[in-house]
Amino acid sequence: MNKDSIKKITSMRLFLPIVCLIAVLLVNLITTPGFFKISINNGVLYGYIVDVVNRASELVILAVGMTLVTAASGGQDISVGAVMAVAAAVCCQILSGGEVSVTELAAPMALAIIAAILASALCGAFNGFLVAKMNIQPMVATLILYTAGRGIGQLITAGQITYVRVDSYKVFGGYIGKIPVPTPIFLAIIVVIIVNLILKKTALGLYIESVGINGTASRLVGLNSTLIKFLTYVICGVLAGIAGIIASSRIYSADVNNIGLNLEMDAILAVALGGNVLGGGKFSLMGSVIGAYTIQALTTTLYAMNVKADQLPVYKAIVVVIIVTLQSPVFQSFIAKQRAKKAAAAVEGGK
Amino acid sequence: MSNDVVLSMKDISKTFPGVKALQHVDFTLRKGEIHALMGENGAGKSTLIKVLTGVHSLDGGEIRIAGSDAPIINKSPQDAQSHGISTVYQEVNLCPNLSVAENLFIGREPRKLGFIDWHTMNKKSTELLKSLDIDARATDKLEECSLAKQQMIAIARAVDMKCQVLILDEPTSSLDDEEVEKLFVLMRRLRKEGVGIIFVTHFLEQVYAVCDRITVLRNGTLVGEYPVKELPRVELVAKMMGKNFDDLADIKGDHKALEKFEPVIEAEQVGRKGSIKPFDFVVNKGEVVGLTGLLGSGRSELVRAIYGADKPDTGKIKVNGKEVKINSPLDAMKQGMAYLPEDRKKDGILADLSVRENIIIALQAKRGMFHPMSRKEMEEAADKYIDMLQIKTASRETPIKSLSGGNQQKVIIGRWLLTNPDYLILDEPTRGIDIGTKTEIQKLVLDLADQGMAVTFISSEVEEMLRTCSRMGVLRDGKKVGEISGDQLTQEGVMKAIAGGDSNE
Repeated sequence: MNKDSIKKITSMRLFLPIVCLIAVLLVNLITTPGFFKISINNGVLYGYIVDVVNRASELVILAVGMTLVTAASGGQDISVGAVMAVAAAVCCQILSGGEVSVTELAAPMALAIIAAILASALCGAFNGFLVAKMNIQPMVATLILYTAGRGIGQLITAGQITYVRVDSYKVFGGYIGKIPVPTPIFLAIIVVIIVNLILKKTALGLYIESVGINGTASRLVGLNSTLIKFLTYVICGVLAGIAGIIASSRIYSADVNNIGLNLEMDAILAVALGGNVLGGGKFSLMGSVIGAYTIQALTTTLYAMNVKADQLPVYKAIVVVIIVTLQSPVFQSFIAKQRAKKAAAAVEGGK
Repeated sequence: MSNDVVLSMKDISKTFPGVKALQHVDFTLRKGEIHALMGENGAGKSTLIKVLTGVHSLDGGEIRIAGSDAPIINKSPQDAQSHGISTVYQEVNLCPNLSVAENLFIGREPRKLGFIDWHTMNKKSTELLKSLDIDARATDKLEECSLAKQQMIAIARAVDMKCQVLILDEPTSSLDDEEVEKLFVLMRRLRKEGVGIIFVTHFLEQVYAVCDRITVLRNGTLVGEYPVKELPRVELVAKMMGKNFDDLADIKGDHKALEKFEPVIEAEQVGRKGSIKPFDFVVNKGEVVGLTGLLGSGRSELVRAIYGADKPDTGKIKVNGKEVKINSPLDAMKQGMAYLPEDRKKDGILADLSVRENIIIALQAKRGMFHPMSRKEMEEAADKYIDMLQIKTASRETPIKSLSGGNQQKVIIGRWLLTNPDYLILDEPTRGIDIGTKTEIQKLVLDLADQGMAVTFISSEVEEMLRTCSRMGVLRDGKKVGEISGDQLTQEGVMKAIAGGDSNE
């Protein structure tokens, strides 16, 4: 009975991603005893763990979009970091009314946010058009906005860093009123829940998997493969926009050159860590979300261990290699073989 | 081991988690014989081959090969090759963008001072091709050769590597009759030279055309080994199925003749440039209409144009008497059409999805994204068709890719029956499927027609079409050249119609 239940647990899709996350956290338990301490300073939660969950928010949101794009098109959107910057630029520019730094809003908040999300949706639609309709490889198609996106941002902000020093704007990256939990945590959870609901309450999830597994077969059973792929890119764009607004709110400015810099790579990594195949097909949203938290936990862990910022990528790379190897099909089939051998031996022995 | 035995496999067992794929199977191959390995899908043919070639490790038993005293253990296909066992698969795994000579010598190129000696390589290749009477030039690119030639080149490569045992795994599936005959000539030649050939195929007539001996497997166990001459075809089938075999020809007996003609599908001058010339085609309620012609004559293209899989650029289509516009498969589905595509792997199954998801996907697509089926609905639908079509699967949540070919095809049929179509297009529904399932599918088609469904049935096997169809459209070179029915519906009549020749075409 025990054997069966162990097998059941280990064969679950989320097993490895969760193990990876726990492993990273365990390291902290040993090296940084204070890692799990949570205290309340000045009325807000404080501690490494809170920091991990808070800082991971943008990455979680991006990873959700990246998962859908990966599943449907078998490729990745590498422009999400740049799209974040575009959304931040649009949002801040409208709020500041074109000034470099303002202490009062020049336009209604809702207008700025809607415009920013529309802009990012447009970016997503552009990517989606190239990938779904023109059949360009996702990596190549999104390379265009990856390089041009930040330039577009510069054009919007006229080449300067626009500051919006208004408390109501700082809410998205800070705190709502007296609630001690940072707002980005809520936003990330809300995004995950909404996307999950859309996938579960419509047939979109199944459609995306079908198209990702076999586009021609999907077309023959009546699915519009082009439209479904296009949709995932638009969703990915919108989510990048939301992440962009959070990131810009944290620093109450639109620093086009730095917002979301290199975050696309972390997002892709989160998808992979979540046990999703980067070639498309079946996917697990929760896996990617766990993957995103794992990456942030790793980053924070390394900081806590006093690794210098410029050496960070080396350590990150080592850990990533280990985690990805654990999840690779070659390694998994090796494990499966070992298991089968044991099972066969048991069968023979039982005779 | 007696002198003329090149390969003996004794007491071979192989267990996969939960499945005993092979149980105490013996197999003996003699020098200079062509030995057919027969069995229904899932009987263990592939597993036996894979154990032999080192793709799978074996759990029990031993493999001995002539010239080696101890039992051999193959850990990989390379090992097997070094023991003189070569395999040529249905899908040729050579490099299409390299030359014939490069393909023949890849991995063992003749060298001069460390560089590849092109001159010798091409010369040796030409000699090899000539000696086996293969009509290809050493310097041609492989992709420029026909599939049959590619297959022969793969065989030539195997032969040149001094193989004693040559395994041909379904080599004829994608060849036409003439190409098959050429392949047979090559096989007979190799037999004369003393090579032992293991021939895996679904085509009974090919077994009788070329083989000396037959080994039959069923459910992972050995049924027996027989000389071809002593095993009539009907008995072979019975042994494969493990039951007495009712005469297949009888299934049409209780099928009602049509009393009145109500056209469900009418195509008028529908055509698509480059694939099918404009054609007229009518299918009535309760009728099974076949489409026949050689491979590539436009059979699939015709139905694909009707179904909107390839949008036609001329003509009009009427459904139940009303003209309709069909721009995509979804439009066709909404008009009550269903299409089982020819290539199950490429166009049919969604490999990683479960049996349940594969069954409901068409109905779900027809309903639209915002009307998702509930879990309960899906499970009921899946269970209904798993039960009705007797699909062998561990559960409804099993990924379809782990089912056997015949069961995958049943899932796809279930997928379309669930949409409750008026018009069902079946393009090669029985290809690569064991004979028991074939009969089931044929019976099902006739039952559906009796219930009033209009069906178009495409198959490369004329016998099968004669059993199911009451009328047949004939295609040649991308054009519908006629229809045959009634007395003309005989093996000979169909052949004549396909071959043509009486007109000025």
